[in-house]
Amino acid sequence: MKITEAFERGEFVVTAEVGPPKGFHIEHVLEEAKTYLSGITAVNVTDNQSSVMRLGSLATCKALKDEGLTPIFQLTCRDRNRIALQSDLLSAAMFGIENLLLLTGDHTKLGDHKAAKPVFDLDSVSLIHTVKQLEAGVDLGGNDLVGEAPKFAKGAVVSPCSDSVDAQLAKMERKVAAGCDYFQTQAVFEPEKFIQFMEKAKQFGKPVQVGIIIPKSAGMAKFMNNNVAGIHVPDEMIEELKKDKEKTKAGITGVEIAARIIKECRPYCQGVHIMALGWESKVPELLKQAGI
Amino acid sequence: MLITQLKAKETIVSLAAGKKVFIINCQGCKEVHFPEAEVKELEKELADSGNVTGTITTDYICNPENMKLRLEKHKSEIEAADAVLVFSCGVGVQTVAGYLEDKKVYAACDTYPLPGFQGVTPLEYNCDQCGECYLNLTGGICPITACSKSLVNGQCGGSKNGKCEVDSEMECGWERIYRRLAQVGRLDALKCPTQVRNFATDDEVSK
Repeated sequence: MKITEAFERGEFVVTAEVGPPKGFHIEHVLEEAKTYLSGITAVNVTDNQSSVMRLGSLATCKALKDEGLTPIFQLTCRDRNRIALQSDLLSAAMFGIENLLLLTGDHTKLGDHKAAKPVFDLDSVSLIHTVKQLEAGVDLGGNDLVGEAPKFAKGAVVSPCSDSVDAQLAKMERKVAAGCDYFQTQAVFEPEKFIQFMEKAKQFGKPVQVGIIIPKSAGMAKFMNNNVAGIHVPDEMIEELKKDKEKTKAGITGVEIAARIIKECRPYCQGVHIMALGWESKVPELLKQAGI
Repeated sequence: MLITQLKAKETIVSLAAGKKVFIINCQGCKEVHFPEAEVKELEKELADSGNVTGTITTDYICNPENMKLRLEKHKSEIEAADAVLVFSCGVGVQTVAGYLEDKKVYAACDTYPLPGFQGVTPLEYNCDQCGECYLNLTGGICPITACSKSLVNGQCGGSKNGKCEVDSEMECGWERIYRRLAQVGRLDALKCPTQVRNFATDDEVSK
């Protein structure tokens, strides 16, 4: 099923992401996804997230699909040139994977293979353009595809709490112009900034899912503030995480905070995307508390 | 050695259309092949239209001090112009754009590399000689060299406090580009069609 169908039905669309392991045994990932994520619309699979080498996104998507889940194939431009990207897109179509999240990707310098060559032959916008072209039955080199052209729901990301939000909006507009169907955002901890962002972003007429990370500890929040672009956890939230260490450790405080953010953002967007970062087991409780 | 090649005539004419322009030619560098005859012919056509406020043919505009000195004598002509059209390699265009902060500065040439001895690119190395100059879409700041991912369609999500995710000392190139386009009233340049890079640099590509 294409995620765009759920948006068209007017659903508040819930997705969550899973990260493939650094190894080829995937049973644990599949088990967690089946147990905790089977009730939601679709499951994102990250593509060598943070430039750390892992099991492939496409293979994991196929395994999830075989288990009856709806995968979203995340595809970055960091590791593949335009030939490899298009080839993987056709492979996805062959497996019946219909949902894409198309990204530029983190730089190789951020990951665990710092000596690797960063590719960036295409970027997020030209990758969307490329998919659009494949859907018209022509590859980026201008050659006709053989047989049926693939059809995808084409997603992209945007960073609503970025300190350069105007440049982000300009990029979002280019993604829409290139053919993007829906957006998932970087994690939001400042609902008021997200709401201001949506006031400007709604003109593009594309569904937006607010990005949510469940904060695990005050230390994690501070780490994100210092190191992760587009994320700022306010001081009072860090205080809240510090207040009752046991409660925070059990995930209760983090889930309360995340549920509150979802509730505040919900009237302004079309869905939520949860990046549980290993806390997939907390997703059902989070959704319950958020009233979804 | 570097080769600068004139952009397509229609491209240059459309850059100058409806504007008063000041023209800068750089012919200093002995290692650069400069399309002198074609430039002269084109500039004559532009001048005949009556919209050229002044022309200067000089050398080494890539050297900021030298460039400032040369432009000083043409201050009023530059002030009278809506835009400055630069016939030089990518380094020269960026040096002029950096100096004339409030002016629209356009590149009239694409810069191609040629194997062998590389020409004089003094001070900051900020032209990659990619052969498809983007400076007219990016306010005279090169996205190939100013962005660590060489993105040509806008900012990625990796900028924090205006700095690049790769190097906390390096300013985000696309933030610089956005700021500059806002400053010269050219944010509409961001609405250009999706750019797909051409790595086959032997092809003639003009923007």
